[in-house]
Amino acid sequence: MKKLINSVDNVVSEALLGMEAAHPDRLRIDHANRVVLRKDGPVSGKVGLVSGGGSGHEPMHGGFVGMGMLDAACAGEVFTSPVPDQIMAATHAVDGGAGVLHIVKNYTGDVMNFEMAAEMAAAERGIRVEAVVVDDDVAVTDSLYTAGRRGVGTTVLLEKIVGAAAEAGRDLDALTEIATRVNGQGRSMGLALTSCTVPAAGKPTFELADDEMELGIGIHGEPGRERLPMASAAQAAQMLVEPVLADLDFTGSPVICFVNGMGGTPLLEQYLMYGEIAKVLQAKGVTVARSLVGSYITSLEMAGLSLTLLKADEDMLTLWDAPVNTPGLRWGC
Amino acid sequence: MADFAATISQNAALLTDLDRQIGDADHGSNMNRGMQAVIALDRDFPDAASYLKKAGMTLVSTVGGASGPLYGTFLLRFAGALTGQTTHDADGMARAWRAGLEGVISRGKAGLGDKTMVDALQPAVEAMEAETSDLAVCLTSGLAAGEQGRDATTPMVARKGRASYLGERSAGHQDPGATSIVLLLEAAARTLA
Repeated sequence: MKKLINSVDNVVSEALLGMEAAHPDRLRIDHANRVVLRKDGPVSGKVGLVSGGGSGHEPMHGGFVGMGMLDAACAGEVFTSPVPDQIMAATHAVDGGAGVLHIVKNYTGDVMNFEMAAEMAAAERGIRVEAVVVDDDVAVTDSLYTAGRRGVGTTVLLEKIVGAAAEAGRDLDALTEIATRVNGQGRSMGLALTSCTVPAAGKPTFELADDEMELGIGIHGEPGRERLPMASAAQAAQMLVEPVLADLDFTGSPVICFVNGMGGTPLLEQYLMYGEIAKVLQAKGVTVARSLVGSYITSLEMAGLSLTLLKADEDMLTLWDAPVNTPGLRWGC
Repeated sequence: MADFAATISQNAALLTDLDRQIGDADHGSNMNRGMQAVIALDRDFPDAASYLKKAGMTLVSTVGGASGPLYGTFLLRFAGALTGQTTHDADGMARAWRAGLEGVISRGKAGLGDKTMVDALQPAVEAMEAETSDLAVCLTSGLAAGEQGRDATTPMVARKGRASYLGERSAGHQDPGATSIVLLLEAAARTLA
């Protein structure tokens, strides 16, 4: 394992120290609880948005804390969900009197820890907590007999859109409604060219030969749904777009198209892939109204790419365009 | 708990490696972090139940992932069943494990055959309930049944937890959660039997 770290045990806490040093204008950090907080929070009368998950997906979620997006993010160990204590500390810290919305990705551990924290926050302080569970990954067969789909790229779009709605003063019920709607209309699919190495494990999570790629990966280095011979960018674009379109009809309304690097893929390849994906979408009659290209929800140093499409409406597009000022996403201000 | 912590520590790499194959490569390191926090607890507790309750809360607060809430809930319910008991016989032991199992099932919503810790824990509890005349026999038969349950997870296709995202490809790998449950059963048999 070749990583710029001091010790395996301190990776997350030392990264948070650096994050605070880099962004003192926007962030403050509760180091004891490993919670990244909006510097000017809690905002009185505004619903607090709390997300979080395992570390190793930066900039998600800590990089999305700030005006127009999250109020707090809980940083778990690498690829491990945060514990209820952290989530409770975040929930208490962002409560501005209007309730708190938890944005949770659909992984068994994340769901359980957020549920326990919500129960405790309600019991201890009477804070009203609602939750939306993001489950947008079409690579996973969703049936009564699985844990359901994973939550991946739609999380970023949801945090931006719901963050803008919270900033505009919408109440907890309205935010829960739009969050549920965004999740219902977002779909993702990913592929990997290499594995990543979790610091605590010390070796790659899976082995991939030079001439192979893994289709349908999640964001934790877990293997995907099938292993295929390495394809060209044009072929790979088809492999990402087709399962997404097969799952939901994206024609007839504006679409936000998010091409995401997994951490080890250069922007050169991401843009090349965006071009290929845009061609396929155009041929299929899908109208892209907004796009986002970059590494926003990563899996350590994994090389690979994910595609997220969100079937948007005018309300979502207006919220998408609203100003945001976070270390990981900033426009309009 | 000290014996379990030592066993987890010795087997952390194995557990993480099993998890690397079908999950996200953190079960061993997470459990080790939690159990190190448990053995660092103040030893001054009035009885086993209050100690195990604190141990359960400590796991919830330090492990993360699914293992934290599941092992934490297991110990909290186990401790709840022991509350008020002064002597520990096989019958009480089986009842405490049963209470822990029910807690795991209600928190994780997994059942037999889902390729999770329940596949080792439930047969172990049932074997203990069938052998309540002698504490040592109760625990050793629970261990034997748990080992069989753990081995039976290898061919299963996961339906719960992170491995379920792999579908058919999760078959052929022993479940890390069922593996750590057997380590707990081993520690119990070694220290309590």
